[in-house]
Amino acid sequence: MSVPRYWRETRYRYRLIGEMCTECGAIFFPRRAVCLKCGSVELEEYKLKEIGTVATWTTIRNPPEGYEKYAPYIVALVELDDGVMVLTQVVDIEPEEMKTGMRVEAAFRKVKEDGSSGIIEYGFKFRPIIE
Amino acid sequence: MRRVAIAGIGFTKIREHWSKSLKDLFAEAALKAFEDAGTDEVDALYVSNMGAASLQGQLHLGAMMADTIGKRGIAALRVEAASASGGAAFREGVKAVASGYSDCVLVGGVEKMSDGIPAEVSATLAMSEDQEYTSYTGVTKIGLNALIHRHYMERFGVKAEDIAMFAVRSHENAVGSPHAQYPFKVSIDRVMASPMEADPIHTLECAGVGDGSAAVLLRPADEAKDDIIVAATSLATGAYYLSDRSDILTFEAVRQAATQAFKSADVSHSEIDVLEVHDDTTITGVISLEDLGFVEKGMGAEYVSRGDTTRGGETPTNTFGGLKARGNPVGATGLYQICEVALQLRQEAGPCQVEDANVGLAQSLGGLGSTCAVTILRRG
Ligand SMILES: [Zn+2]
Repeated sequence: MSVPRYWRETRYRYRLIGEMCTECGAIFFPRRAVCLKCGSVELEEYKLKEIGTVATWTTIRNPPEGYEKYAPYIVALVELDDGVMVLTQVVDIEPEEMKTGMRVEAAFRKVKEDGSSGIIEYGFKFRPIIE
Repeated sequence: MRRVAIAGIGFTKIREHWSKSLKDLFAEAALKAFEDAGTDEVDALYVSNMGAASLQGQLHLGAMMADTIGKRGIAALRVEAASASGGAAFREGVKAVASGYSDCVLVGGVEKMSDGIPAEVSATLAMSEDQEYTSYTGVTKIGLNALIHRHYMERFGVKAEDIAMFAVRSHENAVGSPHAQYPFKVSIDRVMASPMEADPIHTLECAGVGDGSAAVLLRPADEAKDDIIVAATSLATGAYYLSDRSDILTFEAVRQAATQAFKSADVSHSEIDVLEVHDDTTITGVISLEDLGFVEKGMGAEYVSRGDTTRGGETPTNTFGGLKARGNPVGATGLYQICEVALQLRQEAGPCQVEDANVGLAQSLGGLGSTCAVTILRRG
C-alpha cells in the first residue's frame, strides 16, 4: 500500500464523507463523478449519518490476505438514518448476538497492518448502540 | 454481420493440476480445439483469465499463449471481466468473426487457482470489487454472496435447505461427467452439516478451487458443415456496489444481458433445452435462474428443490455439474459452460446428455452480478 493511495481516502473513510448531488439531492457513498439519478456532475461533499440499522450481515470465517488475525469477524450492510447504505465491519459483538434490524453506530478503528514495517490502516467500523 | 459457428472445442479436466502450468493447461485445451475442428488455422486469439496477475504475477497472456501454441504473429490479448471473463472473451471473439475483422478466432480461458494459498485466492477473487471501499472491509466474494443469501431467506421466508439444494442438484448432474472436478453426489444433510464459510453459506454451497482451461475455435458459419451456431451473445453491466442497488436481490446486468440475448436470438425461455448458470455459491445460482427469467423472483429456490432444473426437468440446468461440481477455474469457467452447451447440442454429452437438446444458454457472471455475459447456441 503506497502512502498516497492511503491518505487519498482518509478524509472520506475516517469521517464517513460521501457526496450529494446539488441538482437532485441524491446521496452517494463512496463519492462519484456522475450522479446516478440525474446525470449531473455537480456533486458536493456530504457528511453521512453515523447511526443506522443492520439490513443484512455475515460472518467472515476464511478471510483474505491481511485480515487473518481478525477472523472471525462480521461484515454488514447498514442502512444509515439518511437512507444511504454502507458496507462495514460490525465490531464489539459476537456473531451469535448479531441480528438483522439491530441499531449500530460508527466507530473509528484499526483496519489492518501492511506488514511489520508498512502503514497501519484505520477507518470506520460500526458497533452496536448500547441503549 | 456474418453468422458465426463454433468449429471446435477443447478443454482439460478440472482439478488441482500441481504439475501443470498456465501454459501447459492452455496448450492442452487449444490443441484439442484445433483437433476437434480439423484445422489449426487461426488469425486472432482472445485469452480469458482473471487471477494470473495476482496468483502467478503473470500478465501479457495474449502473446504468451500465442507463442505457446505456435501461433506467433497473430493478434492476441487477454480479456478480463472478473469471473465473467470467459463469456466476455467469447463475445469478443464472436464480434471479430461476425464483423469480418478475423476469420478464425480462438477464444481460450485458463486459470490456475491452486498456485495460491487460501488467503491469496480469497484476496484475488475479491479483486472484482472496489479495493478502497468494498474489499477494504475484509469482506470476501463469498461473504458478499452471504449478505444477499441471508436477505433472500428473510424477505421470502425461504428455508436454508431449499437454497442449498442447488448444490445437491449440481452434484447429481456431475455424476459421469469426465471433466468434472467433483463428479459425485452430495446429500442435503452433508451440505447442511458442512462448516460455515460465511454465514449462512456452508462450505459445500461454494464452488471450490480448481485449475483448468477451455477453448473454442470460431469461424464464419457454413450451413453445410457447421453444427453449432452462435445465436446470440450479449454483455451487460449493473450496479458495481452492493450498497448502491435499489434491490440487492436483483442482478440488473443479468436481466439486461438476458433480454438482449433472447431478443437477438429470437427464442423464448421454453425453447431453451439446456441452461448453464453461474453458481459460485448456491444463492447466485438461484438468483441467476430468476433474473434470466426462468422463474419468478423469490421462487428460484423452490424451483430447484422441487426438481425443475434436473436433467429431466422443465429447465435442465448445469448439466455437467455447474461451478459447484464441474468446478470453477474462474477465467475459464464461462468457456467450459459454452463447451458443455456445444456438447449437449451435438448430442455428445454421454451420461450427462439432455434428450433432443437443440438450443442452449450459458450465463457468465462477474463480481456480485455486476457483469453478465449471456450466450445462446443452437444446433445448425
Ligand atoms: Zn442528481
